[in-house]
Amino acid sequence: MSNPVLTISHLKKTFGDNVVLKDIDFFANEKDVVSIIGASGSGKSTLLRCINQLEKPTSGDIFFHDKNIQEAGFSLSSYRAKVGMVFQSFNLFNNLSVLQNCVVGQIKVLGRNRKEAEQRALDILSKVGMDQYISAKPRQISGGQKQRVAIARALAMDPEVLLFDEPTSALDPEMVGEVLNVMTSLAKTGLTMLVVTHEMDFARDVSNRIIFMDAGVILEDSTPEEILNHPKNERTRMFLNRSIKNK
Amino acid sequence: MPTSFFEWVVFFINKYGLFFIQGAGTTLFIASIGTIAGFAIGLAVAVVRTIPVEENDSLARKFFYKFVRFIFVAYIEIFRGTPMIVQAMVIYYGSAELWGLDMSPMIAALFIVSVNTGAYMAEISRGGIISIDRGQYEAAQSIGMTHSQTMLNIILPQAIRNILPSIGNEFVVNIKDTSVLNVISVTELFFMSKSAAGTYMRYFEVFFITCLIYFVLTFSVTRLLLLVEKKLEGPDSFVIHGSQTVPQAVIKGGRE
Ligand SMILES: Nc1ncnc2c1ncn2[C@@H]1O[C@H](COP(=O)(O)OP(=O)(O)O)[C@@H](O)[C@H]1O
Ligand SMILES: [Mg+2]
Repeated sequence: MSNPVLTISHLKKTFGDNVVLKDIDFFANEKDVVSIIGASGSGKSTLLRCINQLEKPTSGDIFFHDKNIQEAGFSLSSYRAKVGMVFQSFNLFNNLSVLQNCVVGQIKVLGRNRKEAEQRALDILSKVGMDQYISAKPRQISGGQKQRVAIARALAMDPEVLLFDEPTSALDPEMVGEVLNVMTSLAKTGLTMLVVTHEMDFARDVSNRIIFMDAGVILEDSTPEEILNHPKNERTRMFLNRSIKNK
Repeated sequence: MPTSFFEWVVFFINKYGLFFIQGAGTTLFIASIGTIAGFAIGLAVAVVRTIPVEENDSLARKFFYKFVRFIFVAYIEIFRGTPMIVQAMVIYYGSAELWGLDMSPMIAALFIVSVNTGAYMAEISRGGIISIDRGQYEAAQSIGMTHSQTMLNIILPQAIRNILPSIGNEFVVNIKDTSVLNVISVTELFFMSKSAAGTYMRYFEVFFITCLIYFVLTFSVTRLLLLVEKKLEGPDSFVIHGSQTVPQAVIKGGRE
């Protein structure tokens, strides 16, 4: 087995007295597609935000390949370009067109020239089916389209890992499919993905691993087959029963 | 000599027309420069005040930011908490008394209006910056943009557009409030009116004209700014591109 792309070791995060992540250990190998499931408030978003350094962990280490990302002198900027994030609420840049949303980071962070960046953005936008909308502003497109642009924006940075935080939870049901389709085809390209999701079909069919989080700890980390059909933990069973009933 | 109100008005317009226009020009000049410079000052103060201080920043750095913020807050509170007419007196006569500075009234006026407006603009700009959804900032950070890249490319363009009505409002306030500068003999509209009126002891007729001029100034500026805002809104439509970016259709209107 190759070296992990991401390794997380004894990660702890507290907000005041509230211990949100207790002692998280896990790794992601190249080409892993990991679904992270768990009840609301169990710390899934906080985990992704710590990995992207939008939150500073209280203690513990995060390694990208073999580099500790919290060490002095580590370039957070180029790390973040390599480990992109897709948010539940899209967060497209409201002042920029669809195309410029996918260009600005390439120019400012990667130092590409405008022509090169626009060509790259165009290529990726056509992959997510949004090349017709390059001159639209975010307020002019639908939620599903926004999320596809947000994915394109992250992909334009040529990332090694993409973190998805409930990418379809803010979408009307009829738009969930278009975003999941894009994610499914991304998974096939061999991109390493960590996906916080409530979409059990995606977790089962697309990911090769599922992590179940509960109250700030990882209770189970195994194959979809194992977790969904033979959950070891009582709490995993309860969570799965609930999410299947809610369907 | 004119006998009725209207005869007096016509008399003053004929005799002092150029005078009024000069005064109005000076008023507009001070108000414009003051608003633009004040906006620049206010924006700079707000940008510095919103620099995030990280837990693991060095102690010296933290102390420095605390100190700078304290200075800025003091500046804002003092200039918003005292009348501009008093600020004008203190700065104009104080600079001569304390440092022997021989400022011309015009330079003093530009300085006072700019610094005074800056204090209001600092709060307006800060409000504009912190009202931008946190998600915009985080999305920029998440693709590796630095704080200053994020501010310049994402946050400030949105914040400035949102506070444009407030900036326009400050401009209108400045057109009116430059009238207090007559206390340091700036030859703006109010000062000019006062001298004209004093010569003939006809205050009502002269200030009736002055009133109209102020209104025309503020009203045109308000309309003009509305036009600018509309322009900055951008078009309601966008072009649908074909596969190789050939325009194919124009979609009218947007969602939300
Ligand atoms: N910025 C914050 N400040 C304080 N508490 C927070 C913050 N972010 C998250 N939390 C708390 O951390 C816990 C886990 O949140 P989160 O990671 O969003 O869970 P999940 O994504 O699994 O629903 C919640 O109890 C939430 O209230
Ligand atoms: Mg969450």
